[in-house]
Amino acid sequence: MIARLFNFHGGIKPDSHKNESSSLPIANAPLPPRLTIPLRQSVRSAARCLVAPGQRVLKGERIGAGEGPLGTDVHASTSGTVVGLAPCAMAHASGLDTLAVVIEPDGKDEWIERRAFDHRAVPRDAALRYLSTCGIVGMGGAGFPTHIKLGNGRGIETLIINGAECEPWITCDDRLMREGAAQVLSGAAILHELIGARRTLVGIEDNKREAIAAMREAAAHLTAPVEIVAIPTRYPAGGEKQLIRVLTGIEIAHGKLGTEFGVQCFNVGTAHAVHRAIHYGEPLVSRVVTLTGNVSHPGNYEVALGTPVETLLALAGPKPDTDRYLMGGPMMGITIADLSVPIGKTSNCIIAASPALFPPPPPELPCIRCGACARACPADLQPFELYWFSRAKNVGKAQEYHLFDCIECGSCAFVCPSHIPLVDYFRFSKSEIWARERELKASDQARERFEFRNYRQEREKEEKAAKLAAKAAETRAKLSGSAAATDTAAADDPKKALIAAALARAKQQAATAESGTAAASHANGPGAPDSTNRREQPHPHDSDATS
Amino acid sequence: MIHSPYIRKPASVQSVMLTVLLALLPGITAYVMQVAAVVVVNLLIATVTALAAEALILALRRRQIAPALSDLSAVVTAWLVVLCFPPILPWWVTVLGVLIAIVAVKHLYGGLGQNPFNPAMVAYCAMIVAFPSLMSQWPPAGQLDFQTQLDLVLGGARQLDAITGATALDAMRTGLRTSGASVESVLQQDGAFGAVGGRGWEWLALGYVAGGLFMLARRIITWHMPVAFIATLAVVSGIFWLAEPARFAPPLFHLASGGAMLAAFFIVTDPVSGATTPRGKLIFAAGIAVIAYLIRVFGAFPEGIAFAVLLMNLCVPLIDMKTQPAVFGHRGSRP
Repeated sequence: MIARLFNFHGGIKPDSHKNESSSLPIANAPLPPRLTIPLRQSVRSAARCLVAPGQRVLKGERIGAGEGPLGTDVHASTSGTVVGLAPCAMAHASGLDTLAVVIEPDGKDEWIERRAFDHRAVPRDAALRYLSTCGIVGMGGAGFPTHIKLGNGRGIETLIINGAECEPWITCDDRLMREGAAQVLSGAAILHELIGARRTLVGIEDNKREAIAAMREAAAHLTAPVEIVAIPTRYPAGGEKQLIRVLTGIEIAHGKLGTEFGVQCFNVGTAHAVHRAIHYGEPLVSRVVTLTGNVSHPGNYEVALGTPVETLLALAGPKPDTDRYLMGGPMMGITIADLSVPIGKTSNCIIAASPALFPPPPPELPCIRCGACARACPADLQPFELYWFSRAKNVGKAQEYHLFDCIECGSCAFVCPSHIPLVDYFRFSKSEIWARERELKASDQARERFEFRNYRQEREKEEKAAKLAAKAAETRAKLSGSAAATDTAAADDPKKALIAAALARAKQQAATAESGTAAASHANGPGAPDSTNRREQPHPHDSDATS
Repeated sequence: MIHSPYIRKPASVQSVMLTVLLALLPGITAYVMQVAAVVVVNLLIATVTALAAEALILALRRRQIAPALSDLSAVVTAWLVVLCFPPILPWWVTVLGVLIAIVAVKHLYGGLGQNPFNPAMVAYCAMIVAFPSLMSQWPPAGQLDFQTQLDLVLGGARQLDAITGATALDAMRTGLRTSGASVESVLQQDGAFGAVGGRGWEWLALGYVAGGLFMLARRIITWHMPVAFIATLAVVSGIFWLAEPARFAPPLFHLASGGAMLAAFFIVTDPVSGATTPRGKLIFAAGIAVIAYLIRVFGAFPEGIAFAVLLMNLCVPLIDMKTQPAVFGHRGSRP
């Protein structure tokens, strides 16, 4: 069967630069002197630390327990000794720190006891839990936990394996498909079963002929309904929504997930990791990383997670004019602020950048509304309109023009003849909106807290007044009961006067409280705790002091 | 710090404008060979004026001069002003037109990319209102030698009736107003007509079409505006022509005469002042064609494109707002 391909709007064709590293087989990167394994493997959740400094760990041993539904476990990526817990820079544009386990490898690379896991022999939930304990997350981009994406196992028609790899320079998925096609497809078959799909499509950009051939060859030996589809090479064909669109014609609606449309997408690296976890009992402790760019020896390496970028770079030999390093591709990657940042589950590529390869953008010129950005936008946005609104800080209008549908793929900025860093404007506007929403939420919370405090103080005052009144009534009853005991009356006189005064105060307070409530509920409407009228009354402690 | 994307297509405003200038060359060549070689002198005058005016106003606005001058947008404006003005205008009218376009229309609104109106069209409208007789003097194709043309442009020598003729559009208009005249009889009487449009001017139209196709191939413009403009002009004129062939000129005449082809590819397609959404472009260009036809046939001016463009420029914000394309994942909902 030949799949009918669909089109997505826009897209660009930057120079691919894949030849630099695509012909180089995956080699094992040597272990660094120290591994830094962040307990936070994704933005969404951090794991709870399970080890203490001085402890010896084996390769694949759990060192962090995933917490919450989005948590996945974290593992030691080689055997060695835990030498500390320290904050380390995350591979994130913010350059923020996160807590990491530092391991000194002992060089033996000794595995924990590995046992294959029969996902068919256990309930589905148990299989998903197992993947979570193996630390399997999406290796293509966001690192979303795989067990969550597998969902509830109902209604998924099409499983898509993403081998598009549309960013320039990156070749790790290409090499993985060429060298481990059978394993990738084995992982795909497991995902297929777990998600309950009816067919599996593997989308690969047609500039990766060898990968397509290898995958087709491996698929020929399968009985499962797996189809290898060559898709046109056009960035960002590997974007999840774009790939789903190209392969199935389905357009995932805004704010919806693929599962709701009967389709789900996993990266080839993820499929490979699932295969290792199920058939070999190996948690996710390494991944393929492309080292390329302005280096003497580009290549693809199997790298232990936690390997600092700087030790990895030694393998590639950056040339002297390298001025910075990118993690990810040149379209959506980030500049690495700190070279001690470790390789994580989503770190697919390190590019050495030089002014010759990635020249600084020419000065920004005025927008001439030529519409090139709109023609390139894969989300069918009008980036120049969003740009005008962002410039004017008219974030409301930007939101109305679907700012949050921007996937920040960079196509608009790539084609802009005025060299406007459009994506930066959109990031700014998005953060501006988030900040406003946070502020709004914070002020809402502050208002609620204030109103509750007033309500509480009022309630306490009333309770105290009622208590006093009850006590006074009790005393009065007692007094009237022992009217004959007149000899004590003289001694009681000052006390009686005090009680009478307190009673009068309490009555008066109760009266004003009622009228205050009535007035406030007029002013604030029903349900709003009143605060205005009663704050002028004496503090509860005042009456305490006199009684 | 520089953020992603780290790579860029080697495109620039300068290369866009340069492509537009190159695309104008076939039309200009036809102009020189068929109508008036003096247009080259006008282009030179206009270019110098535009660059000087741009530099001066940038200096007054305390902006960097070199990047703005080198983007070539002022040159494009200057050339378009010249190409829509009569070629034998005294030089100061050209200078005045360019000054209006650059200073008043472009920079008083904030410079490149900010002007809501098409600069060349404002210049044309202002000049035809201010100097109606000068702006109506068109040389008959191939009748004046270069020296005479140059004298007219640089000197003040004006023996108007002897040397100027009517344009095809003008001749058709006035011809049809005489009693008993039909399109047929007017076409036979007057020497202004060629095979389908104005004599000699037909070649200019072809030159502009060639340039337009070049810009389409280079993806400087999209098909929407030229197609919508040409199709609408053809359909509207076709309806009138079919209804009363004796009173209304055929569609091909309207397309090949006046500034129709220059407008279709170079004027209507101005990105800064035009509509930007795909459907908006169709509406914008079609609107210009309808208004231009009505002015040509029923209005006070023989040529109506300039007024039509300005009127539609007014509608651009509304058109754009109402024609936003559906966003991925939002089909069926618009802001």
